[in-house]
Amino acid sequence: MTLRMPKLTVWRVIFAAIMLAGLYATYLRVFYGLGGSTNLSDKFPWGLWIGFDVMCGVALAAGGFTLVAIVHIFNIRTYHPVLRPAILTAFLGYQLVVVGLLFDLGRPDRLWHPLVMWNPHSVMFEVAWCVTLYSIVLFLEFLPMVFERFGFHRPLAWIHKISVPLMILGVLLSTLHQSSLGTLFLIVPEKEYPLWYTPLLPLLFYVSAIAVGLAMTIFESWHSSRAFGRALELPLLASLGRVLAVVMSVYLWIRFLDMAHRGVFGLLKIPRIETWLFFLEIGLMVVPTILLYRAKVRMRPGALYSCAVMVVFSFIANRLNVGITGLEAGSGVHYIPKWSEAAVTLAIVAAGFAIFRVFAHYFPVFEAHSHESSHETADSKEEDPVAVG
Amino acid sequence: MSKAILYDSTLCIGCKSCEGACAERWGLPYNDKIAAEENISAHKLTTVETHGDRFSRRLCMNCQQPACVSVCPVGALQKTSLGPVTYDQEKCMGCRYCMQACPFQVPSYEWEARLPRMRKCNMCYERQVEGKVTACSEACPVGATKTGNRDELIAEAQQRINDNPSQYNPKIYGIKEVGGTSVLFLSAVPFAQIGLRTNVPLEPLPDTTWRVLELLPDVVSTGAVLLGGIWWVSNRRSEVEKAEGKRK
Repeated sequence: MTLRMPKLTVWRVIFAAIMLAGLYATYLRVFYGLGGSTNLSDKFPWGLWIGFDVMCGVALAAGGFTLVAIVHIFNIRTYHPVLRPAILTAFLGYQLVVVGLLFDLGRPDRLWHPLVMWNPHSVMFEVAWCVTLYSIVLFLEFLPMVFERFGFHRPLAWIHKISVPLMILGVLLSTLHQSSLGTLFLIVPEKEYPLWYTPLLPLLFYVSAIAVGLAMTIFESWHSSRAFGRALELPLLASLGRVLAVVMSVYLWIRFLDMAHRGVFGLLKIPRIETWLFFLEIGLMVVPTILLYRAKVRMRPGALYSCAVMVVFSFIANRLNVGITGLEAGSGVHYIPKWSEAAVTLAIVAAGFAIFRVFAHYFPVFEAHSHESSHETADSKEEDPVAVG
Repeated sequence: MSKAILYDSTLCIGCKSCEGACAERWGLPYNDKIAAEENISAHKLTTVETHGDRFSRRLCMNCQQPACVSVCPVGALQKTSLGPVTYDQEKCMGCRYCMQACPFQVPSYEWEARLPRMRKCNMCYERQVEGKVTACSEACPVGATKTGNRDELIAEAQQRINDNPSQYNPKIYGIKEVGGTSVLFLSAVPFAQIGLRTNVPLEPLPDTTWRVLELLPDVVSTGAVLLGGIWWVSNRRSEVEKAEGKRK
């Protein structure tokens, strides 16, 4: 304990600093508009708040639908212990995406407009509807944690009754909008650098969302096991690592085939920033994929965690490349986010970590819960219920 | 019968009368400083560009199948049957997808405003409804900018090329670009030399996203059956296991 206290304090100081910077940036955004708080321009209308907060935020929250599909639809109950943290991440993730949108929209007071003013030809319209509906689904998937905490048995039973159609709906909505975030960029064939522009963007975004979802599940299990002093569900996470390796391989193979068919490998010889960013992105994908095929790597918590982190960062790089850097040359401008853009983004991420931690501390996120039939999880490795601090 | 603007760069003398008329029509300030700006922006919806000893204009192309209209999630942008692409500022929520999607980078944003709007030329929709030509056409002293029916203007442009083949680059910009635009250009030199974009696709951009969006009902219905079926099969299996477990 004596060793942990100063470490926690350092993190708290950093957290407070980030929040203060975010607060000041928020002040700038509110009183000086997008012009006073961002480096966006007529030729570069989307920046960090779309590229990271929205596009990465939605992808990082993909563990929710991935694990719901695995556990409840494919009925692979082994993964039940990591389902709740994944749902919590997704639920928080989507709330934070909406917060990011409120910063980015010129008229945040009109966030609701797409729900009443329709344009079915717009990808953004479809995303708006899917995200709204999926947020409701996530809220309902998340509610049992609250109901269990306070012992509300009857509403818990109601939710259980509708849970199967609800979960199928959630997976369908996720499929639609995860892929649609890629479809958004199909409209800019002349702006997007050809290493990233492909008619397959929706498929690539979808498959990669599944990979990020799995990687985030490993990531948050590792962190929470440290934060709460739980034993790590290692065999379970190791087998998730196996699934992740397969999904990554499928993704990389589609990516390779797509580039081969479009004949763009020649671009890799051109020494320009896009080429380096592409190699960075692909390198971050290939290395963990190869490593995860080794049992030794999967069974070592540190190595498994590092692979998950690499996968997460590879797709953050991918989303930023598609949403920001890949568009710079085609737009004819150079965009570097203003400090206030970065401050808001950091504050949103930090808030996400903090809320997750507090919630997981007070609510039954990681414990084995009594209302699910307990013998189903009995054959999986039961986690140590002892929580420290 | 859709309206269009024909801009003949070979006739333009760079007097910028069109800029002044445009500013007046929108109620925007116009002075020497603004006249010197060669970029369109939220306070300058058309501009005359200088390319050596030649001139060119920048304004919203009011595309036949506009990317901005297709991407707008709230339908604030509309392609009217008259030709102009109009904007309803009461609907706009400021997502700026129209700006991202526009192949000509035309829509501009009021970045400094607390309640910002997108701004762009709408080919003087209100005037055209009343049968008047656009403010810029009316102001042009040499007839370099002309408003009329799109078909007739294309025929006229072709006629000008045929009459004076040595004076013109033998093409009309705006017939095929992104599936056709409502602003047509004639030039003495290849279009890239007067700052026009020659890298834009010839297919209408809304097709790129619609090809995917139109699959939505198929994906949802197939997905629902598939996921429901998987659940049905896998759940049956675990029910059997449960029952057998109880028997033991």
